Amino acid sequence: MLSIKNLHANVEDKTILKGLSIEVKPGEVHAIMGPNGSGKSTMGYVLSGREGYTVTEGSASLDGVDLFELETEERARAGLFLAFQYPVEIPGVSNMEFLKAAVDVQRKARGEDELTSAEFLKLAKVACKQVNLPLAFLKRGVNEGFSGGEKKRNEIMQMLLLQPKLCILDETDSGLDIDALQVVAAGVNSQRSADRSFIVVTHYQRLLDYIKPDFVHVLSDGKIIRSGDASLALELEKQGYAWLTDQPESNVEA
Amino acid sequence: MNNWFNSAIERAATVNDWLAPQRQASLQLLQQTAWPTRKTEAWKYFPLRAIEDSSFTVSEHSENTIVDVIEGLDSIDLVFVDGRLVNDVEQLPAGLSVVSFAQLQASDALQADNAWAASVFTQVKPSRHVFGLVNDVLAHDGVLIDVAAGAEITAPIRIVNRVSAGVESHSRILVRLGAGAKAAVIEESLGDQTGFSTLFAEYSVGDDAALEHYRFAMQTGTALNIGGSHFKLANRSQLNSTLVGLGSKLSRLDVDVEHGGEFAFAKLNAIYMLADGDLFDLHSTIEHAKPNGTTEENVRGIVGDRSKAVFNGRIHIHRDAQKTLAELNNRNLLLSDRAEINTKPELEIYADDVKCAHGATVAEIDKQALYYLQSRGIGKGQAQVMLNFGFINELIDAMPNQILANWLRPQLRDRFAQMEVK
Repeated sequence: MLSIKNLHANVEDKTILKGLSIEVKPGEVHAIMGPNGSGKSTMGYVLSGREGYTVTEGSASLDGVDLFELETEERARAGLFLAFQYPVEIPGVSNMEFLKAAVDVQRKARGEDELTSAEFLKLAKVACKQVNLPLAFLKRGVNEGFSGGEKKRNEIMQMLLLQPKLCILDETDSGLDIDALQVVAAGVNSQRSADRSFIVVTHYQRLLDYIKPDFVHVLSDGKIIRSGDASLALELEKQGYAWLTDQPESNVEA
Repeated sequence: MNNWFNSAIERAATVNDWLAPQRQASLQLLQQTAWPTRKTEAWKYFPLRAIEDSSFTVSEHSENTIVDVIEGLDSIDLVFVDGRLVNDVEQLPAGLSVVSFAQLQASDALQADNAWAASVFTQVKPSRHVFGLVNDVLAHDGVLIDVAAGAEITAPIRIVNRVSAGVESHSRILVRLGAGAKAAVIEESLGDQTGFSTLFAEYSVGDDAALEHYRFAMQTGTALNIGGSHFKLANRSQLNSTLVGLGSKLSRLDVDVEHGGEFAFAKLNAIYMLADGDLFDLHSTIEHAKPNGTTEENVRGIVGDRSKAVFNGRIHIHRDAQKTLAELNNRNLLLSDRAEINTKPELEIYADDVKCAHGATVAEIDKQALYYLQSRGIGKGQAQVMLNFGFINELIDAMPNQILANWLRPQLRDRFAQMEVK
């Protein structure tokens, strides 16, 4: 599904990704862990095409489509979804208007008809309930005045509505209390299917108790230095990253 | 001097009605006033040529007309056509009195109204506004709206002024809110033809009274309109005002708020959306004459191709106005290289214990917000439109009356749709 090969990328002339490779097959959940500044968030931004992030080498394709040939919105329509670590507040644009616009363009891209307002409202209500957000949040400005946890749940709600192929969750667990964490995890787990894949970027093992990964990778200094199964996350939780980063490279493909 | 101004002064000298004694002082001032030119600071960006050499007819009689109902709004409507009140005001709730200038002219029994009219007329509006003086001397109709002390009028009072082609009209609104009274007043102006109208409103807001105010300057096209909304606040008065200007060939509004009592609160939100070739000029002055007052003023505009917006916002904090909190913000989006904004926020502070801020920006779209929308599949063009409109919509969302907000929003969306980014 997603194939990243030898990805090098800069942010404002600083090289952050230095040969990242990862292969995600349909239905798989990959966790990416790693110390601060290792390039975890950069990976998501580069894949989604954020301005200021420049690919200097390597490739990334989603179902055989070269992502770097596409504009940000085209990547989303191709099935890529990034749940942001810091979702943006957009006062004046209601969550409802935003969500409907997003769902409509994606439906259009798939050759489906736009939803009527009533049809959309029905879907949105279900999604709202699923992530435990009051319906009033649909009327408010996008993320405007939402708490950290509410913003993250709003991200998951978008994922539920957009039905992407590949979801990258960028530290979706940060700033969440245990209840919100379970809501988020339940939202993700409800979407797990044979034709949908996840990359879960996190600092903590905790989230992985709820979202069981098939593979765990350690990203350090812009590349994967260790890959393993779920037990790797437990080991990291106990020992930190130092034992890995002090060792010579062992770049294992998943 | 010019034809129109000469004729206005000549006409004013012949006005002899119940208000004539109060008009005298303004006439004298007007006779001493020089016609504004490009060198007159307050009129620097407002070419008066379109008025100078024009002659319009003043209608002696206006036919009644039906105005569009605002869905879901149970309002008390006062309809003016070419500056004359054309509808009968039906039963009014207790505590509210509405009397037209014509009624005052026809009856001697309204001495009390006459007296209070004199206490508001020209007493709230500063005399420096040239066209305010013109309105003082020429206003041929108007209404006195009196809200009794302690009365809470739940139905908004909606004043609609429709101006026809070729017509000149001058009308006046005088409003008094007694102590502790609550009311909402909507001033709405319509017309897209070449007519010239002035509409000035004066509000005297009593102690502990709360006024919800809207001024919708919806004239477009070749309409020429100049007007003002002026407020005098007393102790603990509350003013929440939303102003919308669409811009037309010539469109000018002056808003003045005087904090004449302590602990008064004024919230002013203003929006302008100018389409192709329009002009909109907004001048506001807030006088903090007494201590402990608060002013929050947010002015936002979207300026389309070849359009020109002018904003001059002054906050004047007098020596005695300690503990004043005042904020003034003007943000603009220009949709084309040929769009123009002239913005000048001014703070003049003579008290030493105040908290004030002001700022003006010519904004670009928030890139992070744009990326966020695009990352959900929304195309760049559509995302820009959503964000631009959102910038204005934030102030519509903040309107205390959501029925009005829901009525206004689609109109502004339509307006915005005419203002493609170039």
